[in-house]
Amino acid sequence: MLLFGQGQIGPEPFARPNEIGEDPVFHHQHLDASTQTGVGVFYLLIVLMNLGFAAYWFYNRRDRKQANIWIVVALVFLIHAAAYLFHAGWILPAFIRNAVDDFIGPVTYFMLSLVLFILFIYYRKGCTEPPVAWGILNISLLASGWAITDSNFRSIITKEDNVPIVLLIFSVGFFTWLGMRKAVVNDERMARGEPPLEKLEDEKVLVWPDLVYTELICMVIATFILVIWGVVLKAPLEQPATSAKAPNPSKAPWYFLGLQEMLVYYDPWMAGVVLPTMILVGLIAIPYIDFNQKGNGYYSFNERKVAIVTFNFGFIVLWVTLIVLGTFLRGPNWNFFGPFEYWDPHKVLPLNNVNLSDMFWLGLMGRVFEEGKDWFLRELPGIILVVLYMAALPPLLAKTVLKPFYVRMGFVRFFVLVTLIQFMAALPIKMVLRWTMNLKYIVYIPEYFFNI
Amino acid sequence: MSEPTNPPAETPAATATPPKPAAPPKPAPPAKAAPKSTARRGVLLALFGSWFAVAWLAMTAAVGGMVLGTVRFLFPNVLSEPPSKFKVGLPDQFEDGKVVERFKDQNTWIVKYNGIIYALSTTCTHLGCTPNWLESAQKFKCPCHGSGFKITGVNFEGPAPRPLERWGLSVGEDGQLVVDKSKKFQKELGQWDSSESYVKV
Repeated sequence: MLLFGQGQIGPEPFARPNEIGEDPVFHHQHLDASTQTGVGVFYLLIVLMNLGFAAYWFYNRRDRKQANIWIVVALVFLIHAAAYLFHAGWILPAFIRNAVDDFIGPVTYFMLSLVLFILFIYYRKGCTEPPVAWGILNISLLASGWAITDSNFRSIITKEDNVPIVLLIFSVGFFTWLGMRKAVVNDERMARGEPPLEKLEDEKVLVWPDLVYTELICMVIATFILVIWGVVLKAPLEQPATSAKAPNPSKAPWYFLGLQEMLVYYDPWMAGVVLPTMILVGLIAIPYIDFNQKGNGYYSFNERKVAIVTFNFGFIVLWVTLIVLGTFLRGPNWNFFGPFEYWDPHKVLPLNNVNLSDMFWLGLMGRVFEEGKDWFLRELPGIILVVLYMAALPPLLAKTVLKPFYVRMGFVRFFVLVTLIQFMAALPIKMVLRWTMNLKYIVYIPEYFFNI
Repeated sequence: MSEPTNPPAETPAATATPPKPAAPPKPAPPAKAAPKSTARRGVLLALFGSWFAVAWLAMTAAVGGMVLGTVRFLFPNVLSEPPSKFKVGLPDQFEDGKVVERFKDQNTWIVKYNGIIYALSTTCTHLGCTPNWLESAQKFKCPCHGSGFKITGVNFEGPAPRPLERWGLSVGEDGQLVVDKSKKFQKELGQWDSSESYVKV
């Protein structure tokens, strides 16, 4: 046994995980009749959606080319609908499912969402064009339709408490598109010297009756949907709680799955107290930090680049995608499972996470510390790194890269902003370190229950 | 006209202070002094005599009683917890390299490994979930955040910051092993060296 009993550094000599083929559930993929009918109806609805979109282009915009494109798309979905309504039993080919499962992992998932986010911001003009956005929606619906023919995917996606997450994916996508689309349109107008669209509609409406009636109607519709939902999809009940047996996997409520994912990389004190507090403080501090007067009352991206990118990175990449990851891709023992993978509670993933102090003292210096002694010297490399990150980085940024911000924002505002962003960046930094270096803790002082 | 208001001012407290000759021409100072002296005399009456005071006192007493009653809940008359000491069997009943899960209800795993027997707490040191023993992977694996512990209880994967805790373990008078959950031994504090934390076979 080495320092603090971390054991040997390197992969464990465990047996390889069961080959996928051995799993009986995976082999007996079949679609029962009612599922096929359901998928067929799903495709029929998409056909209607696309016909409506084509009609819009044909009658409102007088654009025959667009109308033809969307009629062809509707036909593709009609073929799918017919196949499933007549129970052809098409299942997504196994090689595609295996390829997706092999490709996806925590690293690729996070990197993919980050890359997509950057691409979306960079190509926001093209992405938010209505035909392009509609095409993306169609592709995602087609992919969902194909994927749901896999029984492992279906069993997870249709769990009663996972349904809100499916809605969340599409609603977050829609509202992100909506905001960005309005911003892009306004940016183009302002580049031409025209006022933003919102400034043109200075027609005011009354609280009573316009707003109150709208709210009443929304309330009735929302109540109706919730009642139907509550009746049709019953809340799942599990076995009575005992301390001796935790459900496997044990998942937080869906809105906290981002936090739970954070807890995988951080000590409970950090991920459960410090980081959530910083999130709340950061959200409260936004009005005091962001003194940009532009973009007030109208959508614009170009006038508020930093604010929009920072907020959406925190919200979409670090919160929503982690909720999706926690809901659909974290299985028994909090292992990562591909979307088509069977949730095998005996899946073995050899991991060996090592503290920075072990890497430095054992790996480089060859020195072993006695347990419970000399913790300060042992953790000095990590403490220096953390102090450098928190204390030395902000002044450095103020002198170099972010100098214009520092000059414009002043001392207090700038340092509050940079500190908040540093806390936000701490999560992806730790994730990347865990994945690439198997790093467990940068500072590890179990004597005082203080770990970073 | 200041004469009728003066009598209250002739209380012992008021006379103790040197009389002010300049006071009579001004009506205001005696008027001020009058309520002050009544307050002094009737301070107890004002505190306990009026309905207002009674209401406040009653409310304070009620709230105080509720707080005391709540505090009393922290000290139940009966603790329905299992005893912190329990017997788990004779030392030779345990097989080397095997984890005994029979006592998981009592928050305990009994493990014999490398010639010693020890009792591990089933509480994950990350956030307190109960891990599962995975025989095929030879590790304790927590379902909440994926912390992994070797059969020794030492953490090696996931976020758990320290090893599982050991309960006190000793051989009783009848030769059976006795787990004592009132004592715990933490490896990171160097307490696993204590002879009370394991039994050598």
